[in-house]
Amino acid sequence: MPADTTTPAPRTGAPHPSAAEAVAALGGVPREPGAPKPDPILVADDIHRQFGGLVAVDVGHLEVQRGVITALIGPNGAGKTTFFNLLTGFDRPDRGTWSFNGRKLCSVAAYKVARLGMVRTFQLTKVLSKLTVIENMRLAATGQSGERFLSALLPFRWNRQEQANTERADALLQRFKLDAKREDFAGSLSGGQRKLLEMARALMVQPELVMLDEPMAGVNPALKQSLLGHVKTLRDDGHTVLFVEHDMDMVRDISDWVVVMAQGRIVAEGPPEDVMADPTVIDAYLGAHHDTALTVEEEEELLRTQRATEEDKT
Amino acid sequence: MDWGQIFEFSLRAGLGSDAIIYAMAAIGLNVHFGYTGLLNFGQAGFMSVAGYGLASSVATFGLSFWVAIPIGLLAAVVFALLLGAPTLRLRADYLAIVTIAAAEIIRITVGSVSLLEYFGGRDGLQEYNDSFDRLNPYQGPLDLFLFTLRPDDAWVFTVGWILVGLAVLLVWALMRSPWGRVLKSIREDEEAVRSLGKNVYSYKMQSLVLGGVLGGVAGFLVALDQAAINPENFSTDVTFFAYTVLILGGAARVFGPVVGAILFWFLISVLGNFFTAATAGQDPLISPAIMDDNQASLVRFIAAGLGLVLLVIFRPQGIFGDKREIALDAR
Repeated sequence: MPADTTTPAPRTGAPHPSAAEAVAALGGVPREPGAPKPDPILVADDIHRQFGGLVAVDVGHLEVQRGVITALIGPNGAGKTTFFNLLTGFDRPDRGTWSFNGRKLCSVAAYKVARLGMVRTFQLTKVLSKLTVIENMRLAATGQSGERFLSALLPFRWNRQEQANTERADALLQRFKLDAKREDFAGSLSGGQRKLLEMARALMVQPELVMLDEPMAGVNPALKQSLLGHVKTLRDDGHTVLFVEHDMDMVRDISDWVVVMAQGRIVAEGPPEDVMADPTVIDAYLGAHHDTALTVEEEEELLRTQRATEEDKT
Repeated sequence: MDWGQIFEFSLRAGLGSDAIIYAMAAIGLNVHFGYTGLLNFGQAGFMSVAGYGLASSVATFGLSFWVAIPIGLLAAVVFALLLGAPTLRLRADYLAIVTIAAAEIIRITVGSVSLLEYFGGRDGLQEYNDSFDRLNPYQGPLDLFLFTLRPDDAWVFTVGWILVGLAVLLVWALMRSPWGRVLKSIREDEEAVRSLGKNVYSYKMQSLVLGGVLGGVAGFLVALDQAAINPENFSTDVTFFAYTVLILGGAARVFGPVVGAILFWFLISVLGNFFTAATAGQDPLISPAIMDDNQASLVRFIAAGLGLVLLVIFRPQGIFGDKREIALDAR
């Protein structure tokens, strides 16, 4: 595992060879919703989730390329987080199939999804407040024999594994610059540090696919740069990253591929530069008439219709 | 007023069978509530299924005492599985509602007339602890310098404290292990734990069973202490006193329930004995216009309630708790 993470700026070293190949392979992919990828790690088909009368997610087809950073963007209420919840087993769709590494994941419990190598973080960070930072990290290690009831009573059966996990955790804490906070309660960390801890903790699971739900929300600009660097490092270490984000600078900066959702559907796909210039995307974010100024007459007309609809309701 | 006698009586209450039983019940609750965050409001139910499992196996069905013990424990396990299966996937408050209702169902069922021949109705069951008494090594009273115990009390006292000691040891060993770490993490945020690949439902169930079995042992001690068992031993206030004991000592601390139980019963007893002594006799310390001797025994609970309110305000973490942890909640 490369240890070149001492600078807070984005990593500039040579990426993992396979990462570079994976990025290059995206070159021939058509820029359209549901485009097939050369080496997909995650494939979703016809996923549909409805809350009462509201269709939150209605995704026809989506493939996520292995070894690259894919961003999932879209205006508030587009269904990004719901889609995340569905893929990771935290919520169940009304219909639809999806597979991870060729394995069907329909109605697989969330904890099994994580064990298969698809680990998520949360929009509102979920650190375990009354556990220390290092305990947060140790918890995330998989296959611990000390987590079985009877083995738990026999420390000699888990001591060595615990030690190995602690070493791995310490290395990660150092990489994410949380080593000074090792013995502090996780609840005493700042918002940005919590984001870092959550990301480090997810890596303890040794996932193939890391799914980050708004990793930049509530993080100060200085820490943002270092977070960006960490996300890039994930890819360069051979992880696949899928993240939800509102911060367009971040999306432009680090993502290799961008998927745009609006009103539950995927409306566009492509490399960041292409997607940002796509009129469908701009419409979805800003509304169709964002670039034309209203005349006085138009504004009055608009107000009149608004008032009329309000009166209709009452 | 004889302060020496008040102190002696109170000390006996603080170390005696009530304290032992509540320490045991609160150790079970500590596993549920303190470590896993499960709101079990039916610890009395776990106590009664095990206690009645023991008593009716011997007194009604004529089984050996040593067969009846595992039956009682098994009853507590089954009770935990029945309560946990439908509720542990739901939000925490559902478990609270279901457990408090189930404990009442058990209490009313064992006290019912139609099951009189099995559980003895409201009079309960007696004559099931011969095998236990026969093992009693104490021939005469046990002198513990500060107070003396009759032989059968001394025997329950000995067995009770040994069991509490073993339970404390078990909880200590489990909570320092990765298994205990998963429970504590579930208390903090179960979604996060799930996202890290742990089967949260299974761990909650294991916790419910373990704490329920410890509660079951407390039920055994209830049955053995009085050599008689009846539904009123397991009313809802038993659960709430056990919670008081737990909060007083400090939740999620290994020795919290034990120290909490000793202190709770000592203080209750000091207050009770003091008010009784102060209102008794020809010329009582407290004028009958303020309090008569009938009211004296109730005033201790009023004072205890006031004490609990003050505790929660000024030391919410309990005696053993860590103030830093409470501060985290305020963020």
